[in-house]
Amino acid sequence: MTVESGAATTAAQPAPEMPDQAGEFIQLLTPEGERIDHPDYPLELSAADIRAMYRDLVLVRRIDTEAIALQRQGELGIWASLLGQEAAQIGSARSLEPADMVFPTYREHGVAWCRGIDPMKLLELYRGVSHGGWDPEEHKFHLYTIVIGSQTLHATGYAMGIQRDGAVGGDPPDPDDPKASARPGEAVIAYFGDGATSQGDVNEAFVFASVFNAPIVFFCQNNQWAISAPLEKQSRVPLYQRARGFGFPGVRVDGNDVLACYAVTKKAMQAAREGQGPTMIEAYTYRMGAHTTTDDPTRYRLASELEMWKLRDPIERVRAYLVRTGLAEPDFFADVDAEANQIGTRVREACRAMPDPRPLAIFEHVYAEPTSILRAEREQYAAYLDSFAGEGNEASSR
Amino acid sequence: MTTLTLSKALNAGLRKALENDPKVLIMGEDVGKLGGVFRVTDGLQKDFGEARVIDTPLAESGIVGTAIGLALRGYRPVCEIQFDGFVYPAADQIISQLAKMRYRSRGHVSLPIVIRIPFGGGIGAVEHHSESPEVIFAHTAGLRVVACADAADAFAMIQQSISSDDPVIFFEPKRRYWDKGEVDPVAGLASALPFDRAKTVLDGTDVTLLTYGPTVRTGLESALAARQDGRSIEVLDLRSLSPLDEDTICASVRKTGRCVIAHEAPVYAGLGAEIAARVTERCFYHLEAPVLRVGGFATPYPPSRLEDHYLPDLDRILDAVDRTFGY
Repeated sequence: MTVESGAATTAAQPAPEMPDQAGEFIQLLTPEGERIDHPDYPLELSAADIRAMYRDLVLVRRIDTEAIALQRQGELGIWASLLGQEAAQIGSARSLEPADMVFPTYREHGVAWCRGIDPMKLLELYRGVSHGGWDPEEHKFHLYTIVIGSQTLHATGYAMGIQRDGAVGGDPPDPDDPKASARPGEAVIAYFGDGATSQGDVNEAFVFASVFNAPIVFFCQNNQWAISAPLEKQSRVPLYQRARGFGFPGVRVDGNDVLACYAVTKKAMQAAREGQGPTMIEAYTYRMGAHTTTDDPTRYRLASELEMWKLRDPIERVRAYLVRTGLAEPDFFADVDAEANQIGTRVREACRAMPDPRPLAIFEHVYAEPTSILRAEREQYAAYLDSFAGEGNEASSR
Repeated sequence: MTTLTLSKALNAGLRKALENDPKVLIMGEDVGKLGGVFRVTDGLQKDFGEARVIDTPLAESGIVGTAIGLALRGYRPVCEIQFDGFVYPAADQIISQLAKMRYRSRGHVSLPIVIRIPFGGGIGAVEHHSESPEVIFAHTAGLRVVACADAADAFAMIQQSISSDDPVIFFEPKRRYWDKGEVDPVAGLASALPFDRAKTVLDGTDVTLLTYGPTVRTGLESALAARQDGRSIEVLDLRSLSPLDEDTICASVRKTGRCVIAHEAPVYAGLGAEIAARVTERCFYHLEAPVLRVGGFATPYPPSRLEDHYLPDLDRILDAVDRTFGY
């Protein structure tokens, strides 16, 4: 037996090291709420903007907390909590332009919030009422994707479509035309996690995006855990360094710093819109909750790790900053808390009132028009259901 | 009318689709300068440019996955998978993403994507170049699965598939690429048989032979040979493997009272099993004999020196036909 082959061990993994904050990730707001300037990432946000982000952070955490409770009460089949990743999601999503397209995983509740998706649409999915079912183009927010990493290819293809539409921005198409102005352009952001970086599809997306110079930002929320697998089971190098091998820049940002996530994503998206090709962002964060409500993190990680990350909470540092600088009055925080309570109540009540779909909805939207096979099965099942008419199953409930 | 090989007919159909709709794209490995390993896309990149006829990186999941993104953006990509056995790396993108996106989105999303796959054996190829994976896709709700068997259908069906708002897995009989047939290149699609319908390629009275793709020609040859023995075989080219054109199938079986299904794919859990069950259910009192199947064995595709034993040929088809008269 070699030394290496003895590596398998049941011992708990050591807590992840925090990167060197000066050199290894971009940070604009410390966990203590101190603003730091970074020469490459000047922050152009008003006090009102930062207060609005604080509100976003608090409200999406509240929706998340409520959803976990609803799962515990049997109202949802499962829930994938975003706890701890609020800043990565709100910061990146608030930097987007309305025309930009988003491709999420199944945990992007904060991004969904910023794109105007009704939280009840997310709960529908986790309750088992639908598989999602919002209109992706209306919100420029694609459907949740559950297979890990598949959406990064959809995002890359969409970005290739932007190129073919001539919708990449930058210099005017005809520099001699005095009326032509620089076009704003459109870009795509693909969300995925640290585990996804091991998937073939993600690596293929990197290859396609790179060789076609597609207008896309790959936003990796490294929350340290792919269910029970720690980061070192996915990579021997920091994830953002992978980008270099594919031929585009990678940058690591403090994923619990909403301001840094905003600034770094804004810059990368702008570069993509202007035709400078892809960027990978690694948002260094932590999944403070379980993978989903079916998971039990106590089986694979130490409580002390969570305690360490609680000190880097993405919401507390914004609150500390707003209080310290006087950019928000006490009333502001009370109002946000009250609003969170109202949303919590609304989510709770709406979830409990959500009806099951009609049985024959099973057969809808499989094809543009139902096929002969599908029509026959639908008719047979409808007749079967009708055979129970008068036993409390009226035909109208189909 | 003009005489074209099946591969040239596909090329003409693709060209017409590219001309008629600027949103149509072609993408795949070696489809540009080379024109594809079977030359089906020959000359298209030269005439329509690299933005519309895209030589992709060598990654099948990447091809289908980015095609999905392009379709979400309003394009109609036609993907080429170089060989049947290379489609499996794209299985998640086809089965879990492409097939299910309309359903997942409650009808908000259409993915009008065609995936062209040269399939079947008979060309003396190495492993993974002779397979018939159609039933995997026929079993996947949300996909349409078709197979062309002659030049005229190749020309029409590829265009019909591209205009379909559903994803279509388009199987091309690779050993028939060089077979010639009459094609009317100026004909519109209005007069063409819908691509979800089976067609009778030879009328007969004694037994119905159901087949598709490369085995259609084998079936016709079997029927001509059987005539000399005084047996009249009606040959149907199924064309659409999902959905099945049950009405056309059952009308023929009710007329003849006997049914044989031939395909290259393994018989076990193959398309023939589904057809046999449906024919038995709908034509029970018309049947003079059990529905019989001829096809590949329950083995992986063999080395090519053995493929003549594996592929259903004239003699094995006629043997099955004979057996339907033994009841």
